[in-house]
Amino acid sequence: MEQKHIISALVQNQPGVLAHVAGMFAARAFNIDSLTVGRTEDPSLSRMTIVVVGDDRVVEQVRKQLAKIISVVKVQDFAGKDVVARDLMLISVATPPEKRSEILALIEMFKGKVVDIGPKFVMVEVAGPESKIEAFIDACRSYGVKNVVRTGTVAMNRHGKKQVD
Amino acid sequence: MSTDSPSQGASGTKPTYKPGSQIIVDTLIEQGVDTMFGYLGGVVLPFFDKLYDAPIRFINPRHEQGGTHMADAYARASGKVGVVVATSGPGATNLVTGLATAMMDSIPIVALTGQVRTELIGNDAFQEADTTGITRPVTKHNVIVKDPNDLARTIREAFYIASTGRPGPVLVDLPVDMQVAQVEAAKPEKIKLPGYGVRTHGHSRQISTAAGAINESERPVLYVGGGVIIANASDEVRQLAAKAHLPVTMTLLGLGSYDQRRAESLDMLGMHGTAYANYAVQECDLLIAVGARFEDRVTGKLKTFAPRAKIIHIDIDPASISKNVRVDIPVVGDAKMILSELAKEVEYRQRAEWFAKIAEWKAKYPLRYDTGTETIKPQYVIEEVHRQTEGDATIVTGVGQHQMWTAQFYKFNRARQFISSGGLGTMGFGLPAAIGAQIALPGQLVVDIDGDSSFNMTLGELATAVQYELPVKVCIMNNGYMGMVRQWQELFYGKRYSCSSLKNPDYATVARAFGAVGITVDKKKDVAGAIEKMLAETKPCVVDFRIDREENVWPMVAAGKSLDEMDGLDIFESMA
Repeated sequence: MEQKHIISALVQNQPGVLAHVAGMFAARAFNIDSLTVGRTEDPSLSRMTIVVVGDDRVVEQVRKQLAKIISVVKVQDFAGKDVVARDLMLISVATPPEKRSEILALIEMFKGKVVDIGPKFVMVEVAGPESKIEAFIDACRSYGVKNVVRTGTVAMNRHGKKQVD
Repeated sequence: MSTDSPSQGASGTKPTYKPGSQIIVDTLIEQGVDTMFGYLGGVVLPFFDKLYDAPIRFINPRHEQGGTHMADAYARASGKVGVVVATSGPGATNLVTGLATAMMDSIPIVALTGQVRTELIGNDAFQEADTTGITRPVTKHNVIVKDPNDLARTIREAFYIASTGRPGPVLVDLPVDMQVAQVEAAKPEKIKLPGYGVRTHGHSRQISTAAGAINESERPVLYVGGGVIIANASDEVRQLAAKAHLPVTMTLLGLGSYDQRRAESLDMLGMHGTAYANYAVQECDLLIAVGARFEDRVTGKLKTFAPRAKIIHIDIDPASISKNVRVDIPVVGDAKMILSELAKEVEYRQRAEWFAKIAEWKAKYPLRYDTGTETIKPQYVIEEVHRQTEGDATIVTGVGQHQMWTAQFYKFNRARQFISSGGLGTMGFGLPAAIGAQIALPGQLVVDIDGDSSFNMTLGELATAVQYELPVKVCIMNNGYMGMVRQWQELFYGKRYSCSSLKNPDYATVARAFGAVGITVDKKKDVAGAIEKMLAETKPCVVDFRIDREENVWPMVAAGKSLDEMDGLDIFESMA
């Protein structure tokens, strides 16, 4: 059964690693839904969070082929794990004067943050699970979505016993 | 970065400084390199200047591709790491085919390439190419050195990565300023590869489960691939097969890992494998794959492959497990270790019914060809080479029909005896590979059984064979076609031989022009004599056999068909 998997790869912070990982996905015809890279607490290591869609067999191959890359240090598939997964989005929404307050209320509802404002638009920062991001885009469609920039998913294992958020 | 005026070390003892090129040469010697292949060019001159005084034998091919195939076959024949050097830009891009060949067949190569000065990188400088970018998909690992202090460690890591785990080619790109920089003499620095671990010991419970499955099996088949040869595990294969009483089939690259003179040998399986190997695989209740990867040329239609079998897969590469077929009992690790552990737990079983069935297939469908013709049949030439070399020569091939006939009709008895491009199917591999193998095996007999089209691609390397006085023998199965392409056009494209016939040169004349010996054979009665003459030659020798132009390779499992849907068996029966 095809399903979304969040795969987290700890990689050596070296030139060419991203190209290697991206090239492997292309060469083996795996589909990347999203990919983010950033430094970790250890300057010699970066973290890639890759969202792939596939059945168990495909995702198992993705995991193994990633692990095979010499500069990839560790690979983890978050499927079935208790993880916190978040996207960050900047979205520019058209603001017809008569809808302004309605839009601001919507932003409030989604715990979004207005980061730029003009006479005809508002730029909003929204963070959260992918479903929330998608819901916000949908909610804005009737006003006119001018531009969307998203980071793709980042995720981390939840170790605490209680869910804080 | 580069220390042009070395300063006093902090400890007070004066560190010794050497140019990076000397560090590279020293590290190669430290890694046990005594032979290298490659081609010169502008940005590798500092390296070659230091190589001038080094105890390393250097072989100049006539094209960098030839150099990689030589290093590759040197590795296949010797079990050591092959080393090839090329300059930047076109030198590096010419390595690509050879690297891809080695990658597909898991052959350990270290390739060193020159690169333009670091400050020019990205500026489209003369002879600049993004070598690490271009070679990334065809190497196990590659790296560009951007700090001369990393030279020694990077080269050590390259050898370590190339030769361990599932071996493969590793490329180190060396900008010319790294080679001329003054570097503190290399300390034996530890390898730092946090992302690279090799599992050698198989999981003991998995091994026991596998042994249990073998002991229970009524109709087992041991299916061995090139991994067994890489792991030097052919003794262990023989011991396991003898102890548990198993029939053994081999992939193209596995040939030689099990003595084909033994009754338990099913010979090669797959698209052009024997009928008895393919039937046995389709009928078996347990398939024990060792160092093999279930490639499409081996399995035929995956859905119907070995439909009755439970599958054990022993491989050092976890990514090979369940990549193509669903494996029931995976064992990840070194084949040599796992097989010897496994042999301890298996029991001998007669399996009389199973072996009787196999004997029946063997009697009914032996490999055949028409021996009654006037024309020269390639299979006859190969059998004659086999007879006269007493089945003991190291055999190299190009890619195509001649390769399959060789795999079928030269019966191999030891590992590393057969050297061929399996995974990538690289035409032109034969002659340079024969040269590399001959360098690794001085004084031993190396025969390249080649096709005319394969030979055409790299025949310039005859000059290399002559220059280094290498007594390689080349038997060209000359049918004036790209034979395998023509066979497919005959069978699947209504005999429309689109663009597949060639006007070839007179190879004997070509050979003589290079300073080698050239012989032409166009009559069947002259075949044996020509081979005798060839084997007596001390010079490189090319024999041009004008074979039956439309001979096909049988049996054949057409692409996408099940392994037991073989064409050509009726032809065999008509010849019986």
